[in-house]
Amino acid sequence: MKKDLISITDYTKEEYLRIMELAAWFEKNPNQDLLGGKVVASLFFEPSTRTRLSFETAISRLGGRIIGFADAGSSSVAKGETLHDTIRMISNYADLIVMRHPLEGAARYAAEVASIPVINAGDGANQHPTQTLLDMYSILKTQGTLDNLNIFMVGDLKYGRTVHSLLMAMSEFENPIFNFIAPDELLMPDEYKMHLREKGIRYYEHREFTDIISAADIIYMTRVQKERFSDPIEYEKVKNVYILRESMLRNTKPNVRVLHPLPRVNEIHPDVDKSEKAYYFEQALNGVFTREAIIAHTLNLK
Amino acid sequence: MEENIKKKLKVSAIKNGTVIDHIPARYLFNVIHMLRLDKIENQITFGTNLESEKLGIKAIIKVSDKFFEDDEINKIALIAPHAKLNIIRDYAVTEKKVVEIPSQVVGIVRCFNPKCITNSEAILTKFTVVSKSPLALKCHYCEKITDQEHLQIK
Repeated sequence: MKKDLISITDYTKEEYLRIMELAAWFEKNPNQDLLGGKVVASLFFEPSTRTRLSFETAISRLGGRIIGFADAGSSSVAKGETLHDTIRMISNYADLIVMRHPLEGAARYAAEVASIPVINAGDGANQHPTQTLLDMYSILKTQGTLDNLNIFMVGDLKYGRTVHSLLMAMSEFENPIFNFIAPDELLMPDEYKMHLREKGIRYYEHREFTDIISAADIIYMTRVQKERFSDPIEYEKVKNVYILRESMLRNTKPNVRVLHPLPRVNEIHPDVDKSEKAYYFEQALNGVFTREAIIAHTLNLK
Repeated sequence: MEENIKKKLKVSAIKNGTVIDHIPARYLFNVIHMLRLDKIENQITFGTNLESEKLGIKAIIKVSDKFFEDDEINKIALIAPHAKLNIIRDYAVTEKKVVEIPSQVVGIVRCFNPKCITNSEAILTKFTVVSKSPLALKCHYCEKITDQEHLQIK
């Protein structure tokens, strides 16, 4: 049976740990000819330069060849071809599909249609599992463990798919504590809080972004996006409340690290960049090693 | 009791077959369609906008010489959760059944998420029932929850 990666929950805890182990190995040995003679289809039905370059770097470092497109305008979609037909055709050409699509569920559907494995590089606001795995690798690298961590999530917790997936994945590990900091309009949805309650995991909700972060091991920042608010006045009220400044990190634990899926807008002040607690740029680099690991695992190359 | 039932039956009795009672009136034609009653040759009578203490107004369908499998009839539970089945043999009710919401719902419901792939390409919808009451269906594709309030029958 082919191994797809569509949602973060498609993987077991053992697979999370396997990816972490492989990512650490690829970090030490990034250039490996494991994909020699293989073709990977990189299908970006909507542009995402950061994710695409990260994947294509990972494929190149593994010695694979890449076919595909960087946005739907330069693909047959522009002529009205269905996703079904595009995927059927590409299944005949390539050994693996990496795809990004603006519609939710597109990756799950593609995996059902394709005879080759599919890795989801983001389907609308739904899932982006490789981001979650690179977040986990970043947490493991900086904390030395995925157990017993106090994770603060800040900003848009309602629509932010990265925080939802990270919550689901981290809830598989020992004794996590979650702290959610969000405005009323962007609270963590009930279904995720219910999941934590069912697993007996502690979580706390806060409106204010204050020195409560002194307990954090990880501060996961997200963008508060203007278009999420029905009332522009509400946005104006909260947009500057959730900005992390270097001064706020002074009383935090020495091991705390600030993560952000990027791109940021104004939620992390540039003065944080020079702090040793800032980790978001390194986090992006970890993406290449993590994606090498995911590809190797998906194709049973290692 | 017998008397009581007869008073409420405004649609003529059948000899053998199934009576589906307590269907919300607005969903009568959905139920007919869902059970493919428009495709079979059996004698069918139905009544709608009948008074109902429970539903306000209800619909009732009587299908002669037809006995449904559980899987088949449970499909209607989503839109007619209070539906009651009377199995009739020789003009007498020999068995009563209630419908049960299945654990998987395939092809009946539209995903309420406008950005779901199933709303842009011809794909058979699939949902896992995560809660029966209140109803919550999780889309197999976009993973969003469609609840009772947003339930739309395809």
